[in-house]
Amino acid sequence: MFRILKKRRLAYGTHDFWVEAPEVAQHAQPGQFVVVRIHQYGERIPLTIADSADDAIRLVVKAVGKTTYELCSLKEGDELADVVGPLGHPSEMGKFGHVMMVGGGVGIAAIYPIAKKLKDHGNRVTVILGGRTAEQVIMRDEFRFADRILITTDDGSLGIKGVVTDAMKKVLEEDTVDVAWAIGPTIMMKFCALLAKEYALKIWTSLNPIMVDGTGMCGACRVTVGGEIKFACVDGPEFDGRLVDWDELLKRLTIYQKEEKEALEKYLKKVGEPSWL
Amino acid sequence: MAVKIQPNKTPMKEQEPEVRIKNFNEVALGYTEEEAVKEAERCLQCRVPMCVKGCPVQIDIPAFIREIRNRNFEKAAEIIKRYNNLPAICGRVCPQENQCEATCVVGKMKDHEPVAIGRLERFVADWEAENVGLKLPKLPDKRPQKVAVIGAGPGGITCAADLAKMGYEVTIFEAFHEPGGVLIYGIPEFRLPKKIVKREMDYIRALGVNIVTDVVVGRSITMQEILDEYDAVYIGIGAGAPKFMGIPGTNLIGVFSASEILTRVNLMRAYDFPNYDTPVKKGSKVMVVGAGNVAMDAARTALRLGAKEVTIVYRRSEKEMPARIEEYHHALEEGIKFKWLTQPVRYIGDENGKLVAVECIKMELGEPDASGRRRPIPIEGSNFIMEVDMAIEAIGQGPQKILLQNFPELKLNKWGYIEVDPETCATNIPGVYAGGDIVTGAATVIEAMGAGKRAAKAIHEYLSSKVIGHKT
Ligand SMILES: Cc1cc2nc3c(=O)[nH]c(=O)nc-3n(C[C@H](O)[C@H](O)[C@H](O)COP(=O)(O)OP(=O)(O)OC[C@H]3O[C@@H](n4cnc5c(N)ncnc54)[C@H](O)[C@@H]3O)c2cc1C
Ligand SMILES: Cc1cc2nc3c(=O)[nH]c(=O)nc-3n(C[C@H](O)[C@H](O)[C@H](O)COP(=O)(O)OP(=O)(O)OC[C@H]3O[C@@H](n4cnc5c(N)ncnc54)[C@H](O)[C@@H]3O)c2cc1C
Ligand code: SF4
Ligand code: SF4
Ligand code: FES
Repeated sequence: MFRILKKRRLAYGTHDFWVEAPEVAQHAQPGQFVVVRIHQYGERIPLTIADSADDAIRLVVKAVGKTTYELCSLKEGDELADVVGPLGHPSEMGKFGHVMMVGGGVGIAAIYPIAKKLKDHGNRVTVILGGRTAEQVIMRDEFRFADRILITTDDGSLGIKGVVTDAMKKVLEEDTVDVAWAIGPTIMMKFCALLAKEYALKIWTSLNPIMVDGTGMCGACRVTVGGEIKFACVDGPEFDGRLVDWDELLKRLTIYQKEEKEALEKYLKKVGEPSWL
Repeated sequence: MAVKIQPNKTPMKEQEPEVRIKNFNEVALGYTEEEAVKEAERCLQCRVPMCVKGCPVQIDIPAFIREIRNRNFEKAAEIIKRYNNLPAICGRVCPQENQCEATCVVGKMKDHEPVAIGRLERFVADWEAENVGLKLPKLPDKRPQKVAVIGAGPGGITCAADLAKMGYEVTIFEAFHEPGGVLIYGIPEFRLPKKIVKREMDYIRALGVNIVTDVVVGRSITMQEILDEYDAVYIGIGAGAPKFMGIPGTNLIGVFSASEILTRVNLMRAYDFPNYDTPVKKGSKVMVVGAGNVAMDAARTALRLGAKEVTIVYRRSEKEMPARIEEYHHALEEGIKFKWLTQPVRYIGDENGKLVAVECIKMELGEPDASGRRRPIPIEGSNFIMEVDMAIEAIGQGPQKILLQNFPELKLNKWGYIEVDPETCATNIPGVYAGGDIVTGAATVIEAMGAGKRAAKAIHEYLSSKVIGHKT
């Protein structure tokens, strides 16, 4: 069993966990993820490893459906049935020069360990964090190590009023960038990749297709990259965003929409108002 | 013997097709004691039993059948268990028609079916579970050496059990949250109830084997860490990575691998959604591509999930079909349609990326290919369209790469499977053994078990001959 050691709410519907998982913690590298199953009736869901220390890993979860709602309702001391990982290839590391790290929403947590390690490798790190409102720009205090931070909000409550690609454009006009990462909602990553393509900039994106096992044994997570079928869990999850068939990925994310809605409705009927979010 | 032998196998009770297509319960219901004794009487008790030659683990078949005749069921179980740790499973899923029953002399007689060895084996195992319960052999004194088994499929658990019985400290590392390999995530409940697999896992644990789930070797723990800590290793990670034909439209909504459907339904219990959280797509008109056991299981699962029409398409003919004959008959009874000599060439989607039809081409059989089967060749201009809303590919699986990538020193053959000495299952690395599907490619439960047994014996010899001390 995998115990929740610490839990904290970062924003409405976004929660920060430290979970005891010694094997995972000892082997985790930036860019990797775990598959979590809450209890014996649960679904297996993938979550990025946002950090690790000693015997624990950090997960930052946004409630979007039945499993993530239920996960966010758990408390310190509760246990998860399964935590498997670290899965996927680690992010490519090295001294590249100037790197641009774009995080949107809960993707900010995924960008965090990669940016930190890139800094340790001696890169100049520019971070762009985006959210709908100031509250949704989570973890922004934790990026103090960065050389430059730009924040965007849809409503203008913090930083630039606009979306992350507005900030990307600003940086790309002022400065040369050697490589970029963009992690966030699929639609955000799509537009980041399109912009990067205009600037002939290599941009790593962490794809989030629906997964089951996370070990290459089901093919649910297949995506098209550079015209070839890849399994995101074992061939990725990071791919050069310029080569990804984004529209296909967006469509494939809707496969279980009907069932997801049914599951969440049934759950909310059982538990009532999700006041904990 | 002058007694007349019944030409046909004693029938086994089954759920009626109309009933069983609406549930996931086991189809075949097993023999009663009377039926088992009656079937046992069909055996000639050959002095040179051909059946034994057909069994990959060489069970003393006439001996256990004799005990059934004598109503000495417990003794029968004891005989089988000497050779086979998982009789309840093998009796259900072995392709007997290609193995023990293929060589049975009764089956060679004109108009006679072979002795129903598989059904008898199943009977004995179930009888023992019901009437005797868990019976542990006397375990020898503990030996100091530690063995790691990677993968809790039939091969890994057999190897682990045999080593535990010799006194070794054995740990199994399994990537999934439940042990059993294909027996848990692949073969459906209606063919192999999960409680039987669980029963066997309890037995393995009772032998003292430590089963650790949620560990992906190569990621959660590296091969090097295992080699540092254990005196010997058995790799039985199977060949579970699904292949796709790679035709246009493969990523449309509605196209799945059989592995995904079966994993959702079996491992994750998606047939009981939303009581279990994992959903599975229910098709209305379903095409399944391929004609092996995996295809039959996927087709019959789709039917039970509520499909109106399920069609299996196969590029060769009925004769070349690799599935167990019993599964094929069950599929026919349940109303699964078969289109032989047919190959999909393109998936067709609508504007939302949803599958609506499959373009297929008719095939004919040409000269025999490397596998000895006649090679299917497309008939030009014979293309036609089949309207379906779900397509499931069951055209084979390859090696899962996580461990292999983490262990590049391991020698592979040209198909990417691990190369071993067939006698001992030894790989090119001293102390590292491998067997089952990761060596042979997709094969059978009993062959994986056979490999696990041979490896356990070889590991024992290796560790006994080693002068250096054990690892701590
Ligand atoms: C490699 C990877 C890393 C991820 N890391 C994180 C993370 O660090 N934090 C986080 O909050 N989320 C992360 N996700 C997404 C997370 O897995 C999904 O939000 C979760 O599975 C939704 O489950 P649910 O039952 O709550 O919602 P559901 O009701 O199942 O789904 C709600 C919505 O989420 C989408 N969705 C469903 N399943 C998945 C899935 N497996 N992956 C992506 N989207 C899905 C659907 O399109 C749907 O619109 C990651 C996904 C992947 C593939
Ligand atoms: C749907 C289906 C139906 C079948 N029907 C039949 C049948 O009727 N009769 C028959 O005889 N055979 C049948 N087979 C074939 C048979 O199941 C296999 O040949 C047999 O299970 C192989 O056993 P194994 O021990 O080699 O590996 P598997 O059963 O494949 O088990 C391997 C295990 O290793 C685990 N693993 C993989 N990688 C790692 C890793 N890196 N770290 C830790 N664990 C890992 C996997 O999760 C899995 O649990 C069927 C197969 C399928 C898929
Ligand atoms: S293990 Fe399989 S092949 Fe051997 S006797 Fe039993 S059913 Fe036949
Ligand atoms: S070959 Fe057939 S008849 Fe002869 S011993 Fe074996 S099962 Fe009995
Ligand atoms: S999640 Fe199953 S293959 Fe990637």
